Amino acid sequence: MMGMKRDKKDEEDASGGNPFHNVEKTAVLQEARIFNETPVKARRCTHVLTKILYLINQGEILGTTEATEAFFAMTKLFQSKDVVLRRMVYLGIKELAMIAEDVIIVTSSLTKDMTGKEDTYRAPAIRALTAITDNTMLQAIERYMKQAIVDKSPAVSSAALVSSLHLFKTAPEVIKRWVNEAQEALNSDNVMVQYHGLGLLYQIRKTDRLGVTKLVAKLTKMPLKSPYAACHLIRMVCKLIEEEESAGGEVTTLMDYLESCLRHKSEMVIYEAAHAIVNLRRTGPRELAPAISVLQLFCSSPKPALRFAAVRTLSNVAMTHPAAVTACNLDLENLITDSNRSIATLAITTLLKTGGEASVDRLMKQIASFVSEISDEFKVVVVEAIRSLGLKYPRKHSTLMSFLSGMLRDEGGLEYKASIADTIIAIVEDNPDAKEAGLTHLCEFIEDCEHTSLAVRILHLLGREGPRTKQPSKYIRFIYNRVILENAAVRAAAVSALSHFGATCEDLLPNILVLLQRSQMDTDDEVRDRATYFYSVLSRKQAALNSQYILEGLQASLVTLEKALLNYVQHPSEAPFDLKSVPLAPVIEERHVAPTGQLDGGGSRATPASVAAPTATRLPATATRQDVYIEKLSAIPQFDSFGPLFKSSAPAELTESETEYVVRCVKHTYAQHMVLQFDCTNTLSDQLLEKVNVAVEAPEGFDILVSIPCDKLEYSVLGTCYVALSLPESVLSSTGTCSATLKFTVKDCDPTTGQPDSDDGYEDDYVLEDVEIGVSDHIQRAAKASFGTAWEEMGSTNELQETFSLPAIRTLDEAVRNIISFLGLQPCEWSDKVPEGKSAHTLLLSGVFRGGFEVLVRSKLALSPEGGVTMQLSVRSGDPEVSELVASAVG
Amino acid sequence: MLVKPVAIDIVSELLLHLRLCIKDLAHFRISCVGNPYSKMDNHVLEPSLYVIKGIAILDNDGKRILAKYYDPNTLSTAKEQKVFEKNLFNKTHRANTEIIMLENMTCVYKSNVDLYFYVMGSNHENELILVSVLNCLYDSISQILRKNVEKRSLMENLDVVMLALDEICDSGIILESDPTAISYRVALRNDDIPIGEQTVAQVLQSAKEQLKWSLLK
Repeated sequence: MMGMKRDKKDEEDASGGNPFHNVEKTAVLQEARIFNETPVKARRCTHVLTKILYLINQGEILGTTEATEAFFAMTKLFQSKDVVLRRMVYLGIKELAMIAEDVIIVTSSLTKDMTGKEDTYRAPAIRALTAITDNTMLQAIERYMKQAIVDKSPAVSSAALVSSLHLFKTAPEVIKRWVNEAQEALNSDNVMVQYHGLGLLYQIRKTDRLGVTKLVAKLTKMPLKSPYAACHLIRMVCKLIEEEESAGGEVTTLMDYLESCLRHKSEMVIYEAAHAIVNLRRTGPRELAPAISVLQLFCSSPKPALRFAAVRTLSNVAMTHPAAVTACNLDLENLITDSNRSIATLAITTLLKTGGEASVDRLMKQIASFVSEISDEFKVVVVEAIRSLGLKYPRKHSTLMSFLSGMLRDEGGLEYKASIADTIIAIVEDNPDAKEAGLTHLCEFIEDCEHTSLAVRILHLLGREGPRTKQPSKYIRFIYNRVILENAAVRAAAVSALSHFGATCEDLLPNILVLLQRSQMDTDDEVRDRATYFYSVLSRKQAALNSQYILEGLQASLVTLEKALLNYVQHPSEAPFDLKSVPLAPVIEERHVAPTGQLDGGGSRATPASVAAPTATRLPATATRQDVYIEKLSAIPQFDSFGPLFKSSAPAELTESETEYVVRCVKHTYAQHMVLQFDCTNTLSDQLLEKVNVAVEAPEGFDILVSIPCDKLEYSVLGTCYVALSLPESVLSSTGTCSATLKFTVKDCDPTTGQPDSDDGYEDDYVLEDVEIGVSDHIQRAAKASFGTAWEEMGSTNELQETFSLPAIRTLDEAVRNIISFLGLQPCEWSDKVPEGKSAHTLLLSGVFRGGFEVLVRSKLALSPEGGVTMQLSVRSGDPEVSELVASAVG
Repeated sequence: MLVKPVAIDIVSELLLHLRLCIKDLAHFRISCVGNPYSKMDNHVLEPSLYVIKGIAILDNDGKRILAKYYDPNTLSTAKEQKVFEKNLFNKTHRANTEIIMLENMTCVYKSNVDLYFYVMGSNHENELILVSVLNCLYDSISQILRKNVEKRSLMENLDVVMLALDEICDSGIILESDPTAISYRVALRNDDIPIGEQTVAQVLQSAKEQLKWSLLK
């Protein structure tokens, strides 16, 4: 009774016309019993089945038993001749195939339908069959599938091709046998069949580059009727160009084809081609021009999607080739009032990259008017644009800063806020004029910042930059507020920041000590520990202590330090723990000068995107690489006596990348030894290499101690062999060149199984490129927060000074980069950035030589009037020979 | 740099401090992770037929009528999907501007009376391909519903609409893009009833059945 009443009421409610308004799972599954009645009541069954499918689509979850029951009931409906019902059954099979058990029971019914006379059944039956097929069954239906692919009905053919693509994931070997049928489908008159045929053919040939090359060569000559197929072909061509490029092949004809697609009659294809051209790595201004003019036309299209596509692509181009986009400035101006906010935003950010300094204020005002309406993703795009502006026009910093601080105050997710904070930090670091304003904005932001990680970062920055401003005292209040109001992680960071002020600004020290004393009462262990630690260091009032224990921080690699300490606790000894025995953490390269930034417009600076991308991807890699090496090397008993690993170099290629054997070398430096690690890959599938080792001819003074071969090198499996050298007594002769040869025994083998044909092989060798051991292999980067203090502390006992002229180097920037990479030292105090328009610059570098000698280098650079760069190099270190080695390295 | 006379507990102290530093470093790293846009530069699309990430039809309250998501890596759970749809609807129902980027996807959309049609693809996808699929979806439904594109009529023909959706896109691959072909493949009611009356008759029938069924309960 209750049920009836409710139904009635609901029916009135549902006057909006939703017959599925009150469907409920158990009730519907009950209704499904009607499927078992004979004769089948087609209409009612269709309705019930629709309800079930509707429920699943709404996110209702069916249990395995429920689904299986419904599935089996549904199989009864094959008796009915009703077309819609049958089609719904196919849909039902596809939906339930994932959940129900024993679904293969319907195979024979579906096979019957797919080979039957009724065209309307055949195509959907094939697709339903795919959903329930597994590898073993595939063999049984293979014949039918091959026939279906070449069927004259386009629906059937398409269905079979698409199904083959789905099946390719699980049974590629079977599908690869259908290549002839796919080829035939490619020649079909129906556009969709052609598209699906191309898709399948490419999937089959994908790994065979020659096959793809042939396919592309054929297709680029015959016009494809389907615009989808043409788009797919363009993507294939792009991939091929990228591959050929890296292999050093010829791509002119392929590029010509892409350009010819710009004149295709379908907009979809034209856009695909333009998009492809601008995204190719090899594209230069000449190739860009026609693509850009096509996009320019699209900018005034009445279709929003087309305008969006065009302006989005243009904004991407503007990152790398701003000059090429300036031609479109007028069209972009028209788009900044577009009713689609995404289009307007993209237009403005593009203009910001291409326009002159004068238009900045106007554009910023425009964008401020609707910034609240756009999604977070786009706000990030805006922030990125502002960041590059800030670097390009330092004088506009006040406009940009106030805009950014406004954005900081708005609602937004972590990613968005982090990108704003990043931008402010980047501007602050780059532009000393903007520093005070930027820090003030950040201070205000942390007052109510809900993201702990962001607050910690900002506090860290305040600790580093704040003490060096004109009026450090004003930041103390903001930082101490954090100590009172925030969670433990932020409080701890705030305490650290305070201690930096205490260590740098003497007049603030008494106040800081009071604040730290209060923090010693904190409820959290970490905060208390830090406060106690910093308080005891600061209260000694010794500059050397301050700089060593507060400003410089810990330079050892944290993970290895932890391991070393644990080891020490477990095996106590009389000897004191030596911090020097722990390898230094490699300094993370935050600033990475990407070559693209210099092409045009950007001057010497990298675009923000190219800076951000490597940082993001490098971070985890650099932090773990050293640890991985340590793990690997410590497993080898022969190296035990060498002591802790000091430094590992970046891998150097000793072969071309496309040769039979690929060898890379990593140099591991210990206090008195060096281990050369050779990572070898065998790229020949019909060869098995055994007893692989590298014969090295060591330079004078070096002795080869041990060579550890690699027993077996199978096809494309990385194998490693080692050579350990002892370093010469005299530091001065610790550089040199080793010639290297790969020696091994070859056995021919079957490419598919990897089993050798016979037991006897022959010996062979392969000459590798020389291994260079340079000064940088002996030096670990280590940053100094305050170079001046360290320079004075070191004293002039082991100072060496020399003057060089470097005629081949044309800019100061180039000189700075060369020196850094050559010496392997860490630039300090941002001195690796040369201000624009200066003719002289001082580069400050620091690091540690193996054996623990600190090295400091001050290099004064000047552009000499007759071209080239003149350099005065001063080296200070803990050992006279080290100074001499470093000084002589440059010459 | 020597840590002078060592008592074991100092070392343990140091260990503690170290954990702290590691934690700090972890914080720093989290906040350093760049935004997805910087990665998309110079992106060469992998040639694949799997271009559609999802298709959705929502009503004018933003509630799902039908929705299919084809990419197992994005929005794989019903909960995520619902959240996404809500967000999508909020961003799109006011301004009919055809295209938006949301959660790393390009979404094209179209609305009529009380229905909203969406097609989603990767954010590197050719926007025009997505639009062509959207147009095909809209036009075939319009043909199926005899130009009567509104919620009531769509719900009455939900079975055929489901079939049409299935004919347009198969697990992310565009199966057919011609609306006439689609409606031909799915609009296969009994030929004896004239098409104009067919829907009415069918509605009456289903209404009767539903009533009977609820009485029987």
